[in-house]
Amino acid sequence: MSWVLASPIIIPFATAVLAFLFRAGPEGRWISVIGSAGLLIASGVLMAEVLDKGVVAAQMGEWAAPFGITLVADLLSAVMVVITGITGLAVAVYALADIDTRKEQLGYHALFQVLLAGVCGAFLTGDIFNLYVWFEVMLIASFGLLILGGRKVQLDGGIKYVTLNLISTIMFLSGVGLLYGMTGTLNMADLHGAVQTVDNPGLLVVVAIMFMIAFGVKAAVFPLFFWLPAAYHTPAISVSAIFAGLLTKVGVYALIRTFTLIFTTDIAYTHTILLWVAAFTMVTGVLGAAAMNDFRRILSFHIISQIGYMILGLALFTPLAIVGAVFYLVHHIIVKANLFLVAGVARRIAGSTELDRIGGLYTYAPFLGLLFLIPAFSLAGFPPLSGFWAKYVLVKASLDAEVYWVAAVALVVGLLTIYSMTKIWGNAFWKPHPAGATPRLSDMTGLERSALLTPIAALAILTCIIGFFPQPFVDFATRSAEQLLDPTAYVTAVLGPDAMPVVEADGLAEGEVTE
Amino acid sequence: MIDSIILKAATRLLTALLLLFSVYMLLRGHNLPGGGFIGGLIGATGFVLYAIAVGADATRAALYFPPQNVAMVGLGTALASGVYAVFFNDAFFTGQWWFIGDRESGDYIPISSVLVFDIGVYLVVFGSILTLVLALEEEV
Repeated sequence: MSWVLASPIIIPFATAVLAFLFRAGPEGRWISVIGSAGLLIASGVLMAEVLDKGVVAAQMGEWAAPFGITLVADLLSAVMVVITGITGLAVAVYALADIDTRKEQLGYHALFQVLLAGVCGAFLTGDIFNLYVWFEVMLIASFGLLILGGRKVQLDGGIKYVTLNLISTIMFLSGVGLLYGMTGTLNMADLHGAVQTVDNPGLLVVVAIMFMIAFGVKAAVFPLFFWLPAAYHTPAISVSAIFAGLLTKVGVYALIRTFTLIFTTDIAYTHTILLWVAAFTMVTGVLGAAAMNDFRRILSFHIISQIGYMILGLALFTPLAIVGAVFYLVHHIIVKANLFLVAGVARRIAGSTELDRIGGLYTYAPFLGLLFLIPAFSLAGFPPLSGFWAKYVLVKASLDAEVYWVAAVALVVGLLTIYSMTKIWGNAFWKPHPAGATPRLSDMTGLERSALLTPIAALAILTCIIGFFPQPFVDFATRSAEQLLDPTAYVTAVLGPDAMPVVEADGLAEGEVTE
Repeated sequence: MIDSIILKAATRLLTALLLLFSVYMLLRGHNLPGGGFIGGLIGATGFVLYAIAVGADATRAALYFPPQNVAMVGLGTALASGVYAVFFNDAFFTGQWWFIGDRESGDYIPISSVLVFDIGVYLVVFGSILTLVLALEEEV
C-alpha cells in the first residue's frame, strides 16, 4: 500500500533525473512524456485503491505516526493527483512542439517533472512540515521554469513571484513552529485532535490566520494575488499552462485541507474572513481581466477570480458548499490549463497573444475556434459544460446558507467572465487579422499539429464529459466533502484505531456544538 | 578569479583538506552532527575556493563531470536508496542494513541504505552549489 502512495512522487523524480541526463538530445522530451504517462497510471491505481478501501495512509520508512512522515490519500488527495497526472501528460505532450531546444538543454523537462513531483507530494503528504518541504520543491522548480529563457520581462515577473512566495514561506514556517510549540505534533491527523485541547485557543486563531496568509499567497487570493498576473504571461506556454492549472490550486488544496482538518476551532471567525476574501478575490480578478488586452493576461486574471469561487465553497463550510469547492477545483484545473494551451496555438499561428495584433482565427482556423469555445464557455459557466454545474452548486450552497449577497456576487462575476471571454472571441477569432495574415492550422507541420492539438482536444472532451454526465462527478465530490467535514476516517487511517480517544473527544466537541 | 600566488599555493592544500573533511562529515553524520547536506556544502566550498584561485574553466576541468549532472545523479541515488526497500517488502525509505565482518563478536562495520541516501544528498548539494557558483564566477 505504501508504494501505491509513494509512486506518484517517485515516478516524476526518477523521470526528472533521466530527462536531465538525456537533455542534449530528443530523448529527454520523450522520457518526460513516458514519465508523465507513468504518473497518470500510478495516480489511477491510487484512485482505485482509495475508492476501494477509503482513506489510505502509509508511514514512510516505517516510522510510526505521528513521528514519521505520513502519506495519506483521501478522495480529495486522490482526485487531485489524478488531475495532476492528466494535466501533466497533456502539457508534456504539448511541450514536444512548444519548447525549443535551447530550453530543453537548460533542463526544462527535468524542472517540469520536479514540479509535478512537488505538486503530488503536497497533495499526498499528511505532515504539515512535509507540506512545507513540498512547497519549497515546487517553488524551486517553478522559479527555474519561470526564468528559463532569461528574457528581461521573465526575470521581472520571476523576482516578484519568488519574493512574495518567500514571504509566504516564512509565514508558513513560523506558523508551523508556533503550532508545534502549542501542540507538540506536526502530523495533520494528530493535529486535528491536538488543537481541540490547546491552552490558548486565541493564539491558535492567530496561527490559523498565518496559515491563511501563507496559503493565500500561494493560491493568489485578494489582496495577495499581484505576483500572479505579473508572472504568468511571461514564460513558455507550456509553463504558463501547468502553472495556471496546478500551482495556485495547491494553495487552494492546502487551504481546504488545513481549514477542514485542523483549524476548525473558531469557524465563525476564520471562515468569515475567508468569505470576504472569496468575494473580493472574485470581483478584483474579473475586473482585472476585463481591463486587460492580452490573451494570457486575461486568462491570468481569470485564475484569480475563479480561485475566489473555490474559497467561497470552503468559507461557507456547509456540505454542499464543500462539494462545490471540490467540483470547482477539478473542473477548473482542466479548463484553465486548456485555455492557456489554446492561447499558445493562437500565438503560434497568428503571431502574438496581444489581442490588438491578432485576428482572423475563426475564418482560417475554425477548429481552433471550437477548441477555444468549449473551455471558455465552461469557464464562464454556460450550461451544459462543467463550469455551469460547478457554479450552480456553489450559488445554490450560498443561497441555502442564506448568504444572498455572495450568491449575487458569484452570478455577477460569472457575467463579467462572459464579457472578457467574448472580448477574446471577438478580437482573436472574429476580427480580421490587423496585418492581413491568414492564420491557418495547416501552417504547422503534422507533428506540431498533433502534439499541440491532441492535448487540447483531449482536455476539451474531458470538460464535455464532466458537463454532460455530471452525476458521477457530483457524487464523487459529495463523498469527498463528507470525508473532509468528518475527518474520522482520515484520522483513524493515519493513527490507527488506537486513535479512538481523539475521535471520542472530537465527537463530544461536535455534540456540544449541535446542542 | 583572483590572481594571487599565495592563494594558489594555499588552495592546493586547502581544497584537498576540505574534500577530505567533507567525506569525514558525511560518514560521521549518521549518529553525530554532520551528514550529507553539511558534507556536500564543505565539499563544494573546496571547489569554490579552487574556482576563486584558478578560475571557473580549470574548476570545470578538475570536476570532469558537469556539476548539474552530479546534482541529478545525486537525486537519483537518494531516490534509489529509498526505492531499494521495495525488494524487502518494506515501505518507501525504510533503512536496510548490511554488516561486514563478524556480527557475533561485535567486530563489524554496519552499512545502511541510509548512508546511500546521505551520499545522494551530498552529491545534490555539492552539484547544485557548484552549478550556481561556477555560473556566477563566469558571469562576473
